[in-house]
Amino acid sequence: MAKHKMEETFGGYVLHDVPFPTELDEAALESLKEMSPILIEQPYSITYLHSYGQDSPFFAGLASGHFLVSRDPETGYTYGTARGHDMYTGNETEWVELPAEGIVHAFTVCHFGSEEFLPETPYVLVQVEFPGVDTLFLARLIGVDPLDASTDWIGMKVKGRFRRLSKFKPTDVYFYPAE
Amino acid sequence: MRPVYAVSGGVSKFAKARPDKTYPALVKEAYDYAIADLGLTHRQFLEIVDGSVGSYFSDHFTRQLMAAIIPQDYLGLCPKPSHRVEGGGATGGICFQEAWKAVASGYMDVCLAYGFETMSHVATWKGNEFIALASDVSFDYPVGGFYSGYYAMMVTRHMKEFGTTPEQMAHVSVKNHMNAYYNPYAQKRQKLSIADVREAPMVAWPLTRLDICVMSDGAAATVLCSEDGLAKLEKAGGRDIPRVRVTGIGRGTDAMRMADRPHQSYDDFLKYNLLPSEDTDETRAYYEDLWAEGFRYPGIHSFRAGRMASKEAYTFAGVTDPVGELDFIELHDAYTSSEIQTYEDMGLCRYGEGGSFAASGKAFMAGVAYGLDLAERPVCPVNPSGGLIACGHPVGATGLMQAVFAIWQLQHTIGKHFGDATLQVSNAKRGAIHSHAGTGTYVTVSILEKED
Repeated sequence: MAKHKMEETFGGYVLHDVPFPTELDEAALESLKEMSPILIEQPYSITYLHSYGQDSPFFAGLASGHFLVSRDPETGYTYGTARGHDMYTGNETEWVELPAEGIVHAFTVCHFGSEEFLPETPYVLVQVEFPGVDTLFLARLIGVDPLDASTDWIGMKVKGRFRRLSKFKPTDVYFYPAE
Repeated sequence: MRPVYAVSGGVSKFAKARPDKTYPALVKEAYDYAIADLGLTHRQFLEIVDGSVGSYFSDHFTRQLMAAIIPQDYLGLCPKPSHRVEGGGATGGICFQEAWKAVASGYMDVCLAYGFETMSHVATWKGNEFIALASDVSFDYPVGGFYSGYYAMMVTRHMKEFGTTPEQMAHVSVKNHMNAYYNPYAQKRQKLSIADVREAPMVAWPLTRLDICVMSDGAAATVLCSEDGLAKLEKAGGRDIPRVRVTGIGRGTDAMRMADRPHQSYDDFLKYNLLPSEDTDETRAYYEDLWAEGFRYPGIHSFRAGRMASKEAYTFAGVTDPVGELDFIELHDAYTSSEIQTYEDMGLCRYGEGGSFAASGKAFMAGVAYGLDLAERPVCPVNPSGGLIACGHPVGATGLMQAVFAIWQLQHTIGKHFGDATLQVSNAKRGAIHSHAGTGTYVTVSILEKED
């Protein structure tokens, strides 16, 4: 593969006049089949008003320094990520507060990312496992060397810390090594 | 349900960008090839075809809502019935199965399935953002939404549970890129070594750029028909069409957020997820030991949707020993790691054995020099075409591309279509195609068989 290659970016010159035959005779019309494609930029931007709906108390909890999970009142099955109804019983779940302390179940270091997150690379994603909780929670992990990734990180005890200035996003809680 | 035949197909050239054509014209490229292979003119085919199913994944990439009607119109198929299907990465596989349903149900005698994606219209990292919007936008995307990151998390868990290694994953990359070397439709035709894969730029640890499929512009089309439809096509084309029958379909699903996937007990796994080929005392004991060591199913290391799709399709087609009874598989290798996970879901090996299976040689092609020291002979070639990793992944077309390559394998016409018979699986009689979405949310498996 090409090791020395600059990243291609969009944008460039605006072309006001495209070469075009002056006389549109039969040969000239036929030659249009060989014309290079014209590519134009179409900007698109929109702001959505996204509702967290029944999951809203989770985000309000983070903003207030509380980590909430969802539990089926009948079976006790507990979701590490907020969920309004249990997938097995169909019951509405109840909110339970947990200490934001668990272990790393899985992780990666993102050296690239979606455009929105590229400036934050390298960043570490973890699935956090909490004691007594049946499912996981996706979060950022800080305080590890992203250039020293190892499967030994799995099983690491981690603690959550809450952002002082809430963004009302799941990243209002992030994790760091507990030891 | 009626027997359904998959009789022909076409694939546009997949490339990083195809600015030379609009996407309806790319679909036309694939469509023209498919009908020419039946010996038909466009006018003849229009007389016979009853309708279509169109597929593309993302309205964001096209910036054109209701985009599937434009190829329908461009091909001249209006006012025949059609609809668009969408299911993430499995969009093409779903399209194939919906066309199958249209024929199997008796609704249509001849159905065209076409799909496309034009991913070059935005910059690569914006494209990654669009794809990441196919994860939960409340809880997953905002944390650092990036599909390569999600798959990398799955494989770190796979590595921890089973001892799978990045070098085993790299075997998949070497295999698929090398196969694609003989496939003129493929986007990346490269002879690589394990070291090349591991030394490529790291994207999401441990996945490097050569462990991950690329974005593409492209289209694919297939023609499915009933026995009556086949007779009409043969009569109009004045030729016998080699019979390839779709003998089974299966589909499975799982939770959008991989964090929500269950961690089932051994008993539940046996009850719901065990394949008949695994139902032996030895394998039950093997799984019992895994559970004793803390394995839970599916967790984030396994795709329950892929297992259920396989189980359903195998039952439908009467496949009881997948590795022994399938002559090849075209599966959804968006990542080398997901090819390994899928070996397990499809029962080519047991859960936990995917890494060693990948490096064993069993999934390689006979007659292709890979430059690797492989202990075993090929048993069931996986991704003889080069898969997504090397052919490219224009999402709405991908599952149909797999169908086209499978049809050609079973018609024994790879040499004719590729201009080189190296990738023809000798005496191929039965193959499977597998299409996969999200972090394993929708998965389709279809079984195709050569009928004598």
